[in-house]
Amino acid sequence: MKVTFRISRYDPETNEGSYVEDFLLEVEEYELTEVTVLDALVEIKEDQDGSLTFRHGCGHGSCGSCAVLINEKNRLACETHLDDLELDEKTVVEVSSLPGFPTIKDLVVDMDNFFRNDRLARPFISGEDERSGPTETEQTPGELRRILEATECINCGACTASCPTYWENEGYLGPAALVRAYRWMEDSRNSEIEERLAALDDEKDGVWGCNKFFNCLEACPKEIDTVGIIEALKRSVITS
Amino acid sequence: MEIFEHDLLIVGGGAAGLRAAIAAREHVDDVGIISKVNVLRSHSVTAQGGISAPLGNTGEGVDDSWRVHFEDTVRGGDGLVDHDACEILTKGASGTVLELDNMGVPFNRTEDGRLDQRPFGGHSLPRSLYAADRTGHGITYALYGENVRLDNAVYNEFFLLDLVADGARVNGLTAYNMKSGEVVGFRGKSVVLATGGCTQAFAHTTSGAASTGDGLGIAMRNGIPLEDMEFIQFHPTGLPGSGILISEAARGEGGYLINDDGERFMKRYDPEKMELSSRDRVVRGMQREIERGKGIDGEDYLHLDLTHLSRRTLEEKLPTISQIAEDFAKVDPSERPIPVRPTAHYCMGGIPVTLNGRVKGSSWGNTWDNLFAAGEAACLSVHGANRLGTNSLLEAVVFGKRIGAVAGRTAEEGSFGKLPRETLNQQEKYLTELREKDGTVRLGEIKSRLRELTWNKCGVFRNQSDLEEANDEIYELRRTFSEELTLDDRGCKFNTELRSALELRNLLEFVPAVLLGAYKRTESRGAHYREDYPEKDDGNWAVHSYVVRTNEGRYGVDYRPVRNDTGRGTTDEGGE
Ligand SMILES: Cc1cc2nc3c(=O)[nH]c(=O)nc-3n(C[C@H](O)[C@H](O)[C@H](O)COP(=O)(O)OP(=O)(O)OC[C@H]3O[C@@H](n4cnc5c(N)ncnc54)[C@H](O)[C@@H]3O)c2cc1C
Ligand code: FES
Repeated sequence: MKVTFRISRYDPETNEGSYVEDFLLEVEEYELTEVTVLDALVEIKEDQDGSLTFRHGCGHGSCGSCAVLINEKNRLACETHLDDLELDEKTVVEVSSLPGFPTIKDLVVDMDNFFRNDRLARPFISGEDERSGPTETEQTPGELRRILEATECINCGACTASCPTYWENEGYLGPAALVRAYRWMEDSRNSEIEERLAALDDEKDGVWGCNKFFNCLEACPKEIDTVGIIEALKRSVITS
Repeated sequence: MEIFEHDLLIVGGGAAGLRAAIAAREHVDDVGIISKVNVLRSHSVTAQGGISAPLGNTGEGVDDSWRVHFEDTVRGGDGLVDHDACEILTKGASGTVLELDNMGVPFNRTEDGRLDQRPFGGHSLPRSLYAADRTGHGITYALYGENVRLDNAVYNEFFLLDLVADGARVNGLTAYNMKSGEVVGFRGKSVVLATGGCTQAFAHTTSGAASTGDGLGIAMRNGIPLEDMEFIQFHPTGLPGSGILISEAARGEGGYLINDDGERFMKRYDPEKMELSSRDRVVRGMQREIERGKGIDGEDYLHLDLTHLSRRTLEEKLPTISQIAEDFAKVDPSERPIPVRPTAHYCMGGIPVTLNGRVKGSSWGNTWDNLFAAGEAACLSVHGANRLGTNSLLEAVVFGKRIGAVAGRTAEEGSFGKLPRETLNQQEKYLTELREKDGTVRLGEIKSRLRELTWNKCGVFRNQSDLEEANDEIYELRRTFSEELTLDDRGCKFNTELRSALELRNLLEFVPAVLLGAYKRTESRGAHYREDYPEKDDGNWAVHSYVVRTNEGRYGVDYRPVRNDTGRGTTDEGGE
C-alpha cells in the first residue's frame, strides 16, 4: 500500500515560511511492523529529496537524536513503527518538528536552551568529598534504585517540548532538566543537597513552574515518571 | 568567518574526548570540545555491555589482577598486541574505572553495595562493570557532567573539515558550523582527535550513523598513515536487517547460540569456551553454520536463546536488549530466541600514536609536535588483531585521560600558530563546489555501493580475487564521487546532505587502507581471515601495517614489528 508522509518543512534561507509537503512510499502490509518512521525519512531523503532535514544517530532509542512530532505525539522516529500509528484508510503519517523549540530547518529544532537548562540542573556529583577517588564508593542496590529510572533519560526533549509551561517560559527548567536535577542530587555519592534545593525553589523557573499538565508523562519514550519525580523534588524543597 | 581560540582543542565528545578534556584541565584552563553531533549523542552512549577492570569484586573474580587482565588481552589480540601499551591499559584500569564510579556512573551493585562484575568473552574472570546494559550512556553522561562542572567549552554540531598544519605542527582546524552554515576556524596550541569509529563503512553494522571515520579520512589527506586497518571486528550478535546490537552481555549472563537443528554449535568451534569464545571465533563459527545451511530455516541468521535466563536477569541486567528484541525483532526474549547475525562493530586499527598519544608520521616513528589521537580513532595496538569486549570503553577512558594530560601539558608549554584566512576560504570554496554538484548519481547510491563492496569483498572471510576486485572498484567509486555526484540541498544552513557527502568523502579516503591492508596480509589472524591463507604466519606477519596515501591519491603499505617484550619501553606521562 501507499503511505503518505506529510512533512512540515521550513527552509531558513528562503522567505517561504513553513509549509507541508507530501511524500509517498510504497510499503507492503507485512512491513508495517518492521519499518520505522526514521527508516521512511531516510528512504525519502536518499531516493526522493536529499534536502529533507532531520537528526538521527543510533537508530534504536539510545542517543535521543530523533524526537519529532508524529501524528500529534512527540516520539522517537527510530522507535516508532508504522503499525504503532494505527494508520486508518487514509494512511497518512504527519511528521513535524518538536513544538516548543525554534525550528532550524524542517524537522531539526534548536535545543540550545534545552541544554542550557540541563547544565543548570547541575548534572554531576558534588559536595565535600567531591572526587575523593579513586577509592570505590559504596552504594546499596536500594540507593541505586532510587535514581535508576531518572538515569534512563536520553535528553531527547520529547517531554519538555510537550510542556505548556515551557512554551510560555523557556526559563522554566522543564521536565527533562528537573529529572536530571533529581538524578544527580539524589545519588548517594552526592552530598551537595541544600544549595541544589535552594536553586530549584523558584516560583517560575524551578519546581513550582510545574503545573501538572501531565503531557510530559505521556511523551517520554522511556516511560519515566516525570511528574512523580518532580513531585518528589517539590516535597524535598518544602522539607528542606 | 569566525575564528575561535582555545589552548587545547579536542575533536570528539565521546568517552575518549570527554575524558581527555577533564585530564587536560590539570595543565590548561581553556579547553574547547568540538563535535559533529551533540556530545550526548556520541556513539559512546550506545555502548551496552560494560567496561573491564580487574577489581575482583565477585567471588569468582577474587584472584584477578592487572596481570591476568593483561594476559587475557594479549591472548585475545592474537600476537599483535603491543605489550607496553597493554600494560598501561590494564594497570590503569582499576583506578580509572573507580574515578568513573566517583563521578557518578550508575554501575550495578552487589547486595553489599560493591561494584558488581559479570563475565565477558575472552576474559578469564568476571571483570566487566556494567550499568545494566546502558554502560556507555552512564559513562558518557557522567563524563559530560564533569565537563559541565569544569565549564569546558562545547561546540555541538560543528563538523571538522580539516587540520591546519604547518609541517609537523598543527595550528588549528577548520569546521562547518551546521547551525550558522558558515566555515569557522579554531586556533589551538595542541589538538586531540577523538573522532570515534568507522564501521559505517560496512553494509551491516552495529554502529550509529555518525561512525564514519572522519578523523581517519582527514588523517589520510594530511599524509598521516593508518595502522592495522585490516582488523575490523565483526560482532556475533546484531539483528538481521538493522544490525542493531544485542550485547555480548547476553552471552555473559548465560545465553546460548543455536542453529536450525537447535544445537549449541559453538561446541564444534570452541568446546571449552563455547559462546564466550573470542568474537572472531564465534563469528566464523556462525558464518560456517550459515554456509552449511544450518542458519534458521536455511536463512543467513542464527538464534540467541535467553529463554532459560531468569526474568530478574532480563529485567535488571539486560533491560535494553530485552526492549530492543521486543521493539525491533518482535520477540519476547523470555519466551522465544532472538534472531542474530554477524555485523561490523569495531575497528582495531586507526591513527598510529605513541604511548602518549602523539600522532606518528610514519612506521619508523617520527611524530607530530602537538597533534594527538585517542579512543577508537587511534591505534595504540592494545587490542591487537581482535579486541575483547569491554576493553574499548576502557581504552577510551584510560588513554583518554593519559593523552588528555599530555596534550594539556603540550598546550601549556606551547604557543598559538598562524591560521591563515586563506585556509578558511579554501574550505568555503570546497563546500560551495560540493553543494553545487550536479551530476547523475545520488549520494545514497554511492554510499550503499561502497558499503556492499566492503561487506561482500572484505567481510568475515576474505580472499585474493575478491580483494583485487575491491581495490579496483574503490577507485571507480572515488571517481564517481568526484565526477558524477549530485546533491539536492543547495542551502548553507544545517545542510545534512552536505554533511553526509563530507562523511562519504572521508569513508572513500580510508576504506582503501582497509582493502590494501587485507590484500597484502597473506595469513589469518584475529579478525582478519583469508580463505586462501587460513593459517597464522608469525614468521612473516607478526607486524603492524601502515597504509599511507601519496599525493597522487595512491596507497602504499609499510610495516613495523610488534613490541612484545613485556615491560620494555613503558613510558609514563613524564617522557616519551
Ligand atoms: C553498539 C555498540 C556497543 C558497544 N558496546 C561496548 C561495550 O559494552 N564495551 C566496550 O568497551 N565497548 C563497546 N563498544 C565500543 C565502544 O563503544 C567504542 O569503541 C567507544 O565508545 C568509542 O569512543 P570514542 O570516544 O572513541 O568515540 P565516539 O563515542 O564514537 O565519539 C566520537 C566523537 O567524535 C565526534 N566526531 C566524529 N567525527 C567528527 C567530525 N568530522 N567533526 C566533529 N566531530 C566529529 C562525534 O561527534 C563524537 O562526539 C560498542 C560499540 C558499539 C557500536
Ligand atoms: S536515532 Fe538514537 S534515539 Fe532515535
